[in-house]
Amino acid sequence: MTMTRVKDEAIRRTSPGVERASLPEAVLLGHGGGGRLMQELIADCLGVLGPANGLDQPNDAACLELPSGERLAFTTDSFVVSPLSFPGGDVGRLAVCGTVNDLAAMGAQPLGLSLGLVIEEGLQREALAQIIASIRNACEEAGTRILTGDTKVVERGAADGLFINTSGVGLIAPGVLLGGERARAGDRVIVNGPLADHALAILAAREELPLQGDFHSDCAPLNDLTAAVLEAGGNGVRALRDLTRGGLAAALNEIARQSHAHVQIVEGAVPVRPAAKAACDLLGHDPLSMANEGKLVALVAPDRADDVLAAMQAHALGREAAIVGEVKSLDECRVTARTALGPTRIVDLPSGELLPRIC
Amino acid sequence: MTPLPGASPEMLEQLVADCRRLADRAAERVGGRVHLMEVCGTHSHAIARAGIRDLLGDAVRLVSGPGCPVCVTDAGQIDLCLDLAERPHTILATFGDMVRVPGSRGSLAEVRARGGRVKVVYSPLEALAAAQQAPDSEVVMVGVGFETTAPTIACLVREADRLGLRNLSLLSAHKTVPPALRALLAAEEVGLHGFLCPGHVSVVIGSNAYRSIANDYRTPCVVAGFEPADILLAIRMLLQQVAEGEAKVENAYRRAVAPEGNRHAVEAMYSVFAVGEASWRGIGVIPKSGLRLRDEWSAFDAMARFALTAPEVQDHPACHCGEVLRGARLPAECPAFGRACTPARPLGPCMVSSEGACAAEHRYRAA
Repeated sequence: MTMTRVKDEAIRRTSPGVERASLPEAVLLGHGGGGRLMQELIADCLGVLGPANGLDQPNDAACLELPSGERLAFTTDSFVVSPLSFPGGDVGRLAVCGTVNDLAAMGAQPLGLSLGLVIEEGLQREALAQIIASIRNACEEAGTRILTGDTKVVERGAADGLFINTSGVGLIAPGVLLGGERARAGDRVIVNGPLADHALAILAAREELPLQGDFHSDCAPLNDLTAAVLEAGGNGVRALRDLTRGGLAAALNEIARQSHAHVQIVEGAVPVRPAAKAACDLLGHDPLSMANEGKLVALVAPDRADDVLAAMQAHALGREAAIVGEVKSLDECRVTARTALGPTRIVDLPSGELLPRIC
Repeated sequence: MTPLPGASPEMLEQLVADCRRLADRAAERVGGRVHLMEVCGTHSHAIARAGIRDLLGDAVRLVSGPGCPVCVTDAGQIDLCLDLAERPHTILATFGDMVRVPGSRGSLAEVRARGGRVKVVYSPLEALAAAQQAPDSEVVMVGVGFETTAPTIACLVREADRLGLRNLSLLSAHKTVPPALRALLAAEEVGLHGFLCPGHVSVVIGSNAYRSIANDYRTPCVVAGFEPADILLAIRMLLQQVAEGEAKVENAYRRAVAPEGNRHAVEAMYSVFAVGEASWRGIGVIPKSGLRLRDEWSAFDAMARFALTAPEVQDHPACHCGEVLRGARLPAECPAFGRACTPARPLGPCMVSSEGACAAEHRYRAA
């Protein structure tokens, strides 16, 4: 069996005495989890594309500068959520919000989106019509539209109902400079509301888990909220990050890596609804690593943090916003959490398969 | 983190201060560090997450024991699961914890990527639905767990029988906790001074189940809940007993655990399972510590249905899960911890199971 060969090579590569576990030959579900395994897959298999092809682009969207000096944000995302609809949204709403939010995190307002549909034969026309209607509604909410699209149908079994890809182009407001590499010591870490609701809504919607509690996905376009944040915080806003797969833990780890920063959060300050906290405890998940679809984290200079917090709380999508931590220093790259009892612990990137097909 | 209902920050501080004070007295009594063991994966995580180990000071060494059901499942059983999942027309139903645990030739995640049918279930009854939906396939439920999961698996078997389902079977690797505690004490490898007894298991078996351990081995046993205050309270009770030279069973989780446990769950469990020996990773074969299907339920035994024998499998040579499971090593004392062995590339089950001590320590390691 070829497994043996891989294992032997893996062992030979490492120093004597301590052997590394074997590398799996095939792509595993865990490689799509948005955590450490996914980083490895990208580095191993997509690495050949090189930095010229955006592989060193750690922010939510790429930034393109036009000869006129105007800057565009450009991003793409695929949506494979199961089930297709769930309390608080469906795959169509998700596909619009996900891409709009990636643009919003760069301080951009969307100019338009593309829409790619991969439909499995047998999908009910009515179900498709509902999803398209929610795409239209989400576009209206975000103040954008679909500019171009593509539709493919594949045989039964080659997709699960419907997969959607959206790409988006947005215009970055003049003077706005955002990025995970811009963190400074003392910056405050602000989130716009309670975490983990999207992941739990999907889990509860999957028939296998009779999870009780009123879980609604937070799926929403955040571009209006980010505009309010940027207006209130100005250049004091250093970075915005959309909290999807991997949650706050993944977003802060990415920012810490980009800025070589020590980011510390206070566990008790992170908003999580009691029912969500209980469900996470029951399932053995950490709310900090759970996916959201209408949440962002903002790193804001200390003198503007209160203004940004107030602006968030004045917005419908930020009523429960909270300051949850700060950048302690730029001396070391790590994320820590102060626990209720006082000690601090590392907040790590989730490693692999938390919950497949959550978005 | 939500503390015990009514546990204020001041109360938590007081509990920590009490533990530290009692720890010094207890250490004086035993003439060295006080060794306490928690025997529950959920405790391992709660302790690591709240940073309790660091709060107790040097007088206490809080070690993890064989409390993670996936971790104590020996590698031969994992290989049996791989074998079953690779067979055509077979669906292996398992709790999600098992999927990434390495056997001698990869994990269920890898088998699944190659086309093996592995269905992750949250409730055993999902296996029932899977068997009904796929009458041409054999569905095998992997029964891994302690007294907490065994009653629900027993209900699955009874329900399958009631429905006349003939394409569902059980690969039982169920184990019971008290015999493992006795085996650890009898081995005298780690001088243990007290057990933090598992809250969920104790809901089923009751706090009285530890009496003979406390009596026979003069070792205090305290049943603990899962909030930081629950755990600190139980540690305080253990340290108090050690300091006073006592050895009794106490219950710090009265809101969930009764002295006699849950009679219905115990009856359900033993209506389907009989006690037998079981092989524990890191400990070896312990008599009367396993649950096998009773003879009248043998039609549901996957071992018989598929004529399986568990292979002898050596653990990875660099893996020290066995010592971690016996409390002989803390995860961070393993040379592979965080280096050759990480959650993304685990050498052994303790690093990958969501209840594993190494996974907890790695995920919540102190800053």
